[in-house]
Amino acid sequence: MAGMAGRMSTVIKAKISKLLDRAEDPGETLDYSYEKQMELLQNVKKGIADVVTSKKRLQMQSQKLEQQVVKLDTQARQALAAGNEELARAALERKTLAQSELQNLDPQIKELEAQQDQLTENEKKLRAKLEAFRTKKEVIKAQYSAAEAQVQISEAATGVGEEMADVGMAMQRAMDKTENMRARAQAVDELEKAGTFEDLTQLDSGGNDDIDRQLKELTSSSDVDAELAKMKAELGPGGGDSPALEAGRGAGEKAGEGA
Amino acid sequence: MIVRIATEGQYRLEDGQAAKLNELDNELVAVVQSGDEEGFRGLFDQMLALARSGAELRDEELEESDVILPPPDISLQEASEEFTGEGLIPG
Repeated sequence: MAGMAGRMSTVIKAKISKLLDRAEDPGETLDYSYEKQMELLQNVKKGIADVVTSKKRLQMQSQKLEQQVVKLDTQARQALAAGNEELARAALERKTLAQSELQNLDPQIKELEAQQDQLTENEKKLRAKLEAFRTKKEVIKAQYSAAEAQVQISEAATGVGEEMADVGMAMQRAMDKTENMRARAQAVDELEKAGTFEDLTQLDSGGNDDIDRQLKELTSSSDVDAELAKMKAELGPGGGDSPALEAGRGAGEKAGEGA
Repeated sequence: MIVRIATEGQYRLEDGQAAKLNELDNELVAVVQSGDEEGFRGLFDQMLALARSGAELRDEELEESDVILPPPDISLQEASEEFTGEGLIPG
């Protein structure tokens, strides 16, 4: 493996060349088929659109989770103010889970944004190269003998062919990444569908043992304990007299009734 | 020498830089085989920086590359697969 033949760059180059050999003759493709070129550019555009769609989906989920974090926090406070510690804990467990999902989403959205920029740049480059090839070909044909023109055109075609192979690789990588993110988005959707982040005041506590059990597994109880303690301290001893807590008490009591 | 960073673009390197890139390239193979993630990242980042120090080819230039570096975000796992068969481009 060591030595010239084992070099990373040599290996990659050899593979790209092989890919080009296997493909239709780029010279011919570029020479005769304007439609083929447009098809290629359309494919890249479609790839970009796919990435954007995935990104938007994750962004929407992220917004939704942010709202849920705020809502669950409020509910935990209300429950605690009403003296229902169990319900407060349940809300905090859900909040912790929503927060950790949020933290996972953020770098993925950034990653997709980077992919989008990269593919947009790739598309621009390929478009410029195809355009340059068309122009160059006409110039070469006008200035050289048929045999010489053939050689020159074929050289230029290799340059474009390499770009096409490279865009293909960029697309493949972007699609693989998008696929992974889809799986993540799916997982969050499923948590939501299971009612994990639902309005606690709407829950019939008897029917959600399964969610509660899963939540206990998913969230660190020490985090929840710490947050509960902090919330208690904020509410203060004998809390419940302040107007803000009065407002909270009503909702808390309503939630408590179901328990 | 013309170097392509896969999925990124092409750069024109002077002979001195090209020789240095070749050296790093040889070292990279050893690092990949040892499975040293940190060493791999450090060395590969050096190679990328060296390639990017060259003049980037204009979009309308139609040149074949002399060497092609893997995509900047390649993982050690993917890099080692390059040497065992199923890599970025199967076959």
